[in-house]
Amino acid sequence: MSERTVELEILRYDPDQDQEPYFQTYTVPYHEDWVVLDAINYIKDELDRTLSYRWSCHMAVCGSCGMVINGTPVLSCNTFLRDYPDKIRIEPLRNFPIERDLIVDMDDFISKLTSVKPWVIAREERSVDDGEYLQTPAQLAVFKQYTACINCMLCYSACPQYALNEPFVGPAALALAHRYNLDNRDIGRSAREDVVASNPGIWECSFVGACSEVCPKLVDPAGAIQQAKIASTGDYFLDFLMPWRRK
Amino acid sequence: METIDTDIAIVGAGGAGLRAAIAVAEANPSLKIALISKVYPMRSHTVAAEGGAAGVIKDNDSFDYHFHDTVAGGDWLCDQDAVELFIHEAPRELTQIEHWGCPWSREPDGHVAVRPFGGMKVERTWYAADKTGFHMLHTLFQTSLKYPSIERFDEYYSTDLVVSDGKCHGVTAIEMRTGQVRFFKASSVIIATGGAGKVFPFTTNGAIKTGDGMAMAYRVGVPLKDMEFVQYHPTGLPGTGILITEGSRGEGGILVNKDGYRYLQDYNLGPPDPWPRKKAMELGPRDRLSQAFWHEQQKGRTISGDYGDVVHLDLRHLGEAKIMERLPMVRELAQSYVGVDPVKAPIPVRPVVHYTMGGIDTDIDTATSVAGLFSAGECACVSINGANRLGSNSLTELLVFGARAGRAAAEFARENGPPVVDGDARQAAEAAEQRVLELFRRSGGNESIAGLRRDMNLAMEAGAGIYRSEDSLQECTQTMQELRERYRRIELMDKSNVFNTDLIEALELGSMLDVAAAMACSALQRKESRGSHQRLDYPDRDDEMYLRHSLAHYSANGLPSIDYSDVTITRSRPAERVYGGSAE
Repeated sequence: MSERTVELEILRYDPDQDQEPYFQTYTVPYHEDWVVLDAINYIKDELDRTLSYRWSCHMAVCGSCGMVINGTPVLSCNTFLRDYPDKIRIEPLRNFPIERDLIVDMDDFISKLTSVKPWVIAREERSVDDGEYLQTPAQLAVFKQYTACINCMLCYSACPQYALNEPFVGPAALALAHRYNLDNRDIGRSAREDVVASNPGIWECSFVGACSEVCPKLVDPAGAIQQAKIASTGDYFLDFLMPWRRK
Repeated sequence: METIDTDIAIVGAGGAGLRAAIAVAEANPSLKIALISKVYPMRSHTVAAEGGAAGVIKDNDSFDYHFHDTVAGGDWLCDQDAVELFIHEAPRELTQIEHWGCPWSREPDGHVAVRPFGGMKVERTWYAADKTGFHMLHTLFQTSLKYPSIERFDEYYSTDLVVSDGKCHGVTAIEMRTGQVRFFKASSVIIATGGAGKVFPFTTNGAIKTGDGMAMAYRVGVPLKDMEFVQYHPTGLPGTGILITEGSRGEGGILVNKDGYRYLQDYNLGPPDPWPRKKAMELGPRDRLSQAFWHEQQKGRTISGDYGDVVHLDLRHLGEAKIMERLPMVRELAQSYVGVDPVKAPIPVRPVVHYTMGGIDTDIDTATSVAGLFSAGECACVSINGANRLGSNSLTELLVFGARAGRAAAEFARENGPPVVDGDARQAAEAAEQRVLELFRRSGGNESIAGLRRDMNLAMEAGAGIYRSEDSLQECTQTMQELRERYRRIELMDKSNVFNTDLIEALELGSMLDVAAAMACSALQRKESRGSHQRLDYPDRDDEMYLRHSLAHYSANGLPSIDYSDVTITRSRPAERVYGGSAE
């Protein structure tokens, strides 16, 4: 009796050798409890040492192993073979340059993350000797969801606006700006507003919601962007009515 | 070879490396910092820590309690001056990261909340739900972005420390995107590369935890201390080894065997009631709990499964609301990876390799025996963890000693001025590059990386697991020696310069073989049982002979030599570790 197998069609590209990307097919054994990453690791260990991809934690928290599997951006470490047909197509995340095989260039993502000043800009300077800032569970709950982003970039891969308009700051970075803006320890919203409220920023988001659909941590960046739009609109009207409140 | 000039090179950008970088930037903004890591900082394995970070902050707690819990938890192998310093700096560091935005869980009045943890007399573990390491890492990473003096070199794999005349002059690293070796010339270097759980087959550790920093320091003559002490966490998911946090038991979860019996009461951890109770039953220390599992297995009272025997971690009585508030990731992980919803059914768990208590030998200022070389975090052994680390001390450790390493390295750079690289150092850097090129170009090898790794993993599990013996360790050290020979005959299949993970895995395997040999040889020499190191042939602790740190010294052509150094004892004389009903 032959063991059940699965075919993985994996996008290959080595800029040292290849003119353009191509697909290579591998046959791997099927295991009911294997995630797609387990199958890729099998290829690496048993079939082809040249396949390159990122991974580490195997528990959906380090954010390394995002890939496009049968057309959808997912984490390969919490996506199970059993949920796919016996032929699976695996590609690198979309909307990023391919560095090699399933590895994409993250420079643009990192610079966007940095651009929103994702650190506490403190309401009051406080010494460690004065103890912690107070923050009630209700105040924490306001932004908690937006702290859950693992920077896996699936949302950028899914975002139609980022695909068309590369300068768009994008879902994860905007959600992170929103996270700090909503934190009662922080008063940095005006400092972030340059990036967040200006083009190309939130106004470019067409609210397709693809980012929130693919988010493995239920961060809902689309919701964050809509909330930020409302807040920025409020600023605009208040500045218009009360010009003296401008800094 | 391109040279990159910097003042302080930090290898590893997890919790300890990031904390060190921020400390340097704050101590002296004019110092240039190269923060070098084989992964982007947020991929570092600090991200996977769940339960929390210990620090005295509540009125019912005291520094004395934290001191004694830690020293007894470590079976008196901790250096007590280091523990003293650690427990006092802990709350300050945890408060500092609160100021930087860490979303700690809170009490109704807005103060930081704490939860009970194993081996701790009172609840003192700060937590951010059950994603504490994740939140700490991202808070540190995001905070680090505001310091212009921190320049990151993401996805650079460090290969060698450049040492001449007993002084560290920098580090060589492969830029993974291009395959080129760079020489980072530095006044001081901090190693913060984390643990080495991947030398074992079944571990909570991510793929990147291959002990590279330990091996680099070891190869330039810094001893690895107390490497025989490897922590098995009592509750990992079968198959994957995914961690189910001790916080589950801190919140009231119980462990039962195949008869539904809370078996820990049979191992000096009971009586089971009242529950929950500090330092008793499921809130005993990790070494004792993992050892109890082994005994239950010997008695045939565990539950057999597809991936080895398990016991059940039952959280059902906590209810859905509390599980969702305090342990949401545990629920998500159990549902995803073993198909169990802990609201409705117990989670199958088994002991899993989690943490290396041992590491690069440092003093309490994180300095090593090589001038200008410092180390902090799991890769270092300072030592506050002794023979068994208490859960939630390690996240605090990486902050306290990461910060101290940053300050010490900055001070060293100030005192010694900019790096001066003489001919010897330049030659050492070039030799490091040549070793990479030799491996890259080698042909005619007949050994595979995956094959050697598998053999190493199996030998370590069989020979140096929860219980060890002369025979098992003899065989294990012998295998390590053979693997080292075979390692010289591996050949790369990937000859590309771009993101060559075949090359990186080969180098990681070399690190792991060095570290594994240090573990096995140190374990063979320690003829006693203490904390996580349990010898079937020497079941008792022997303070007369072994109240000492082991030091493994690298040997280029064979197994390491082992000698010993004194343990610093200030105010707690070695005594019996007592848990359960009679615990203080």
